[in-house]
Amino acid sequence: MSIEPESISGIAQLARLHLSDDDGERYSRELSAILTFVEQMNEVDTAGVAPMAHPLDLTQPLRADTVTESDRREEFQANAPAVRDGLYIVPKVID
Amino acid sequence: MHTLSVSALGDALRRGEVSSVELTAHFLDRIKTHDRTLNSFITVTDDIALADAARADERRRDGSDNPLLGIPIAHKDIFCTRGVRTSCGSRMLDTFIAPYDATVVKRLRSGGAVMLGKTNMDEFAMGSSNQTSWYGPVRNPWDISRVPGGSSGGSAAAVAAGLAPIATGTETGGSIRQPAALTGLTGLKPTYGRVSRYGMVAFASSLDQAGILARSAEDIALSLGAIAGHDPNDSTSVNRPVEDYTKTLESDLSGLRIGVVKEQFGHGLDSEVGAIVQDAISTLERLGVSLVEISLPNSALAIPVYYVVAPAEASSNLSRYDGVRFGHRAAHPVDIEDLFKRSRSEGFGEEVKRRIMIGTYVLSAGYYDAYYLKAQQVRRLICADFAQAFEQVDLIAGPTSPFTAFPIGEKMDDPVAMYLCDMYTAGINLAGLPALSAPAGFAHDLPAGLHLIGDHFREGLLLHVAHQYQRATDWHLKRPLRFP
Repeated sequence: MSIEPESISGIAQLARLHLSDDDGERYSRELSAILTFVEQMNEVDTAGVAPMAHPLDLTQPLRADTVTESDRREEFQANAPAVRDGLYIVPKVID
Repeated sequence: MHTLSVSALGDALRRGEVSSVELTAHFLDRIKTHDRTLNSFITVTDDIALADAARADERRRDGSDNPLLGIPIAHKDIFCTRGVRTSCGSRMLDTFIAPYDATVVKRLRSGGAVMLGKTNMDEFAMGSSNQTSWYGPVRNPWDISRVPGGSSGGSAAAVAAGLAPIATGTETGGSIRQPAALTGLTGLKPTYGRVSRYGMVAFASSLDQAGILARSAEDIALSLGAIAGHDPNDSTSVNRPVEDYTKTLESDLSGLRIGVVKEQFGHGLDSEVGAIVQDAISTLERLGVSLVEISLPNSALAIPVYYVVAPAEASSNLSRYDGVRFGHRAAHPVDIEDLFKRSRSEGFGEEVKRRIMIGTYVLSAGYYDAYYLKAQQVRRLICADFAQAFEQVDLIAGPTSPFTAFPIGEKMDDPVAMYLCDMYTAGINLAGLPALSAPAGFAHDLPAGLHLIGDHFREGLLLHVAHQYQRATDWHLKRPLRFP
């Protein structure tokens, strides 16, 4: 499988990554090499094999829907790059 | 003191020959002397270490005792440590101060272990050589022109050079066992779900698991009990009793059946490493085990499957880094898309971005079935191979890494060649099994590792066999000359 440089920008958009000018060609080459390698999987017949998502086939445990955490907003927001009045600041999204 | 095992250090503390403060100061001093060369630590926490040590000495005076009380330990910088930078080897988290302790860190601390600092690692644990770290490569104490393996390369180099008696590590596809093999250490990856991942920065959630790098199986047996066990904060953590891993170390090996995988001694394996591993397996046979040739027919597909599943999960896990709530934020964003995209592109390194791109692609509409679904199906076949093998044998033995430590700079421009470092280890993570690597000798004057794989929750058996092997051999006692 090869991915054309033109398709790279679509993948980067989905991944929210910024590409520089020569990234398209480089990613096209590297991703194509990796995909060609992983396609060895196609040598195996997997008809009727159930996909395996988790090594122990566990089910999700449930807990009571009660508050167990205390309010530590200030502590958590100390790591935020931009906050004001307890709010996270981002560029304007609605005109 | 830095050449002693955890159990010997514990005895010295118990007898009052040394205090934890003295022991800790000794290791901090060694870090100061040698880590300029090795770069195995990202952050050294001198003050916390000395305070932890003073508290441990006080607890001991008050009559407390347990195997880790007062023992210094280094934590891979993937574990959140309250009030201390937790970078995960990434520019993205260069200024991130964790607001809480990972369960592993918390349990070790409450057991009295002393945190020396946070060790270097491949960025977001993505790599097999510790060359993708934002903080620069780590050097292998056995040859400083070579890599220590990865992604727990800082933990491996620190323990191998005697800068810490023991260290935590994590695995997604071999990140404890491979660096252990390349630096002459014993490293254990427990069963998926055995150790809590709460506070461990997520890479690929169906594969990630925490473990330990140490100089012997006995040292791991002494410390695994402290970190294993159920944690309600991790929904994948298994609620099942933890055995006393030290209890079964001494029994003999007769009657055990060890499987040798014929596919693992073929193409891709360095012949000197192969000979060393064959020798180690013969030693086990002399100790009373019976050998059974087995086959894992789908094992060659472990790396292809891994490089679909792991990037897919990583692309989802790493979507949280958006420059808004924590982590790197690009300057002067023109709009929110620009904020997301440039923050991520500046904050992540090349290998991380490559894996996010691959993961995004294999999960995208039109390609999901051909890649992600297919990989999940083959994953079940790989897992079934192991299940079938464990009907015939108690353990599987083979090489950990196909080759010894390679020069810094190598394989960086060839992702697929780098991925093959984990050709014997990644399948174990796909199947969620426990496995360890133990030093088995030297090829090309560099350490080589024996790989032991157990069925789910057989950590005790793995440590038992490795301990008996280490009683019969002295490879685990060899130390790099450059770091006396």
